[in-house]
Amino acid sequence: MANPHIDIYRSPLGRARGAGAAKHGVGEWLAARIEAVALVPLTIWFIFSVIHLSGASHAQVVAWMQSPWTMALMIALVGTMFHHLQLGLQNVIEDYIHDDHIKWASLVANKAVCVLLALACIVSVLKIGL
Amino acid sequence: MRDVRDALMVARNTDGKLVNRPLSPHLQIYRWPISMALSILHRATGIALGVGTLLLTWWLVAAATSPQAFDAAQGFIGSPIGLLLLFGWSVALIFHFFSGIRHLAWDLGYGFEAPHYDNSGKAVLIATAVAVVLVWAVGLSVW
Repeated sequence: MANPHIDIYRSPLGRARGAGAAKHGVGEWLAARIEAVALVPLTIWFIFSVIHLSGASHAQVVAWMQSPWTMALMIALVGTMFHHLQLGLQNVIEDYIHDDHIKWASLVANKAVCVLLALACIVSVLKIGL
Repeated sequence: MRDVRDALMVARNTDGKLVNRPLSPHLQIYRWPISMALSILHRATGIALGVGTLLLTWWLVAAATSPQAFDAAQGFIGSPIGLLLLFGWSVALIFHFFSGIRHLAWDLGYGFEAPHYDNSGKAVLIATAVAVVLVWAVGLSVW
């Protein structure tokens, strides 16, 4: 490590306080947990559905999706899953990417891709089922 | 010191000289207890599941597009490479599922004693193995 030196004019306490929270971390932390709880039953339902649909034809999948409950559960699963994924990947990016420009670009790209994939899934579910 | 994150890393010693504070040993110094391995595995499986969502998205979009597109997606998933991906994805999903429940228990304040988190870690691994075998046994028998 380089020779220790100080070239900013703030007190140690002021510097420590400057490193504080951006005030919305608790909400995201809580959202990830609540989504995890919601994903427990949704994942179990999804695994049973995948087994039920293994080797299914297009017509069988369309017939399966036309139940309102199937559509509701699929949309709930996809929405919850992609938001949970976005928050999880955001944690990974924040932990391991230290260059500010790359970090912010990654965070925005992460959000954009997750939202786009979620929308593609939801639109597909609606198009098949309706 | 240029960054606020360095604020706690530089201090003065008793002579009033500026010094870097000592760092604690990093990851490669420690042996790998099960809790450490499962912790990083939870992240790794989370990222793998993120990649797996591409497969789910492709499958849904294909089903919404046309029977031909759906057959292509379904054909890929049923191919040897597709089945291998599906198997890896199922392991990642089921591990992340049980490991996530373990994390939720910690968030509620349970299971922090060393014997508890050692045992819960082993339980996650056993539950994952059993559930993967069960899911594939049922899945392949139906298919």
